[in-house]
Amino acid sequence: MLKGRHLIDPMDLSIEEIDEVLELAQRIIREPERFSSACRGRILATLFYEPSTRTRLSFETAMLRLGGEVIGFSEASSSSASKGESVADTIRTVECYADIAAMRHPKEGSARVAAANSRTMPVINAGDGGHHHPTQTLTDLLTIRELKGTLEDLTVGLCGDLKFGRTVHSLIKTLARFRGNSFTLISPPELKVPDYIRDEVLARGGIPFVEYERLENAIASLDILYMTRVQRERFFNEDDYLRLKNSYILDAEKLKKAKSDMIVLHPLPRVNEIAVEVDSDPRAAYFRQAKYGMYVRMALIMKLLGVEA
Amino acid sequence: MMTINAIKKGIVIDHITAGRGIRIFKYLGLDKAKFTVAFIMNVPSVKMGTKDILKIENVIDIDYTVLGFIDPNITITVIDEEKVIKKIKLSLPDRVEGVISCSNPRCITSIEQEVVQRFYLSDRKRATYRCEYCDEIYSPKAQEPV
Ligand SMILES: [Zn+2]
Repeated sequence: MLKGRHLIDPMDLSIEEIDEVLELAQRIIREPERFSSACRGRILATLFYEPSTRTRLSFETAMLRLGGEVIGFSEASSSSASKGESVADTIRTVECYADIAAMRHPKEGSARVAAANSRTMPVINAGDGGHHHPTQTLTDLLTIRELKGTLEDLTVGLCGDLKFGRTVHSLIKTLARFRGNSFTLISPPELKVPDYIRDEVLARGGIPFVEYERLENAIASLDILYMTRVQRERFFNEDDYLRLKNSYILDAEKLKKAKSDMIVLHPLPRVNEIAVEVDSDPRAAYFRQAKYGMYVRMALIMKLLGVEA
Repeated sequence: MMTINAIKKGIVIDHITAGRGIRIFKYLGLDKAKFTVAFIMNVPSVKMGTKDILKIENVIDIDYTVLGFIDPNITITVIDEEKVIKKIKLSLPDRVEGVISCSNPRCITSIEQEVVQRFYLSDRKRATYRCEYCDEIYSPKAQEPV
């Protein structure tokens, strides 16, 4: 039962519950008009202590498309937080007004505090510092399921900064729970996945994975390619950066070696890690991903509120 | 070995890892005790090489969770009328609440007023605790427990 629950960490959901949310999202994609008043009379509070326009608009549009209403703030300076109010007190107050909340906050673990202080209002973590961002993970999963038809038996390539990218860690942890998936980890030596992902998630779970330094050597076998940005300042030395930088940029040339039905994902915003020429390739799924993000948030809001359409 | 009189009514904390006795002594506030307390350091032990022992001539309230967190090797013996009435072998607790605090500056507990610091045992073999909020590993070096 998802009704009345919070969503803080993608791992809070069982794989059955993930399936349940994704199934509803896919029903919404097929017949959006059937759901246009599913949340009539309900209010979503978007509590954004730091600006993240993309995520906030996705949540707000999701609620509006379900026929609900939206209140909230989009940065801490326009909220009572600037007067020093705690997260706990903000939640206690907002709970008097809204039926469900999506919160983004720069501090790690803030969403746990919010959830612990909400008696009846479900809280969705819309990003707590560099910690969790469960609706991004659900967006990735819906995109894969919609475009590949399954979340099982996939060869999943992740490319770029695998050390600091929380979306990467969440996606690995979540896809590792589905049957038959294997991982291809493509990164410079200094930006490999943290030990706990390699040891506790992959190795301990008996999940096959291979590591590569260059995308061009790894791309041919992939069903999914998840691109992330590699920042110059993350490299320890300039030589490595110059030697490897082009390996983490996806262009038409590299894409020639990929399967014809591979899909390319990216959490956006993109800088230069995907060449613009790739955008017109049918395998580029990253702009469609934004739309799936809205649908999966619609499904999640409905499930946590326990409403049907 | 030095002899210490047997206890009539009280608690013996035994098998303390040598060197940790002083921390437990302080944690239990025994420096302010009005009753007899024996703190014995570096006692030869077959199992442990050396160990510390605390003998407390009084029945005091002890949070076994916290004590197990400081030292999971400890055994506690409760004595009444010179007889052992209870023997407890401590272990690492699954959760530790309000005892240690998170050292991650990006953690919500660094700014939120009323939050109770909570840690969970993430790896029993390595005795690793993580912050329940930010999942950062607790590192006793940065901050002495208790
Ligand atoms: Zn913490």
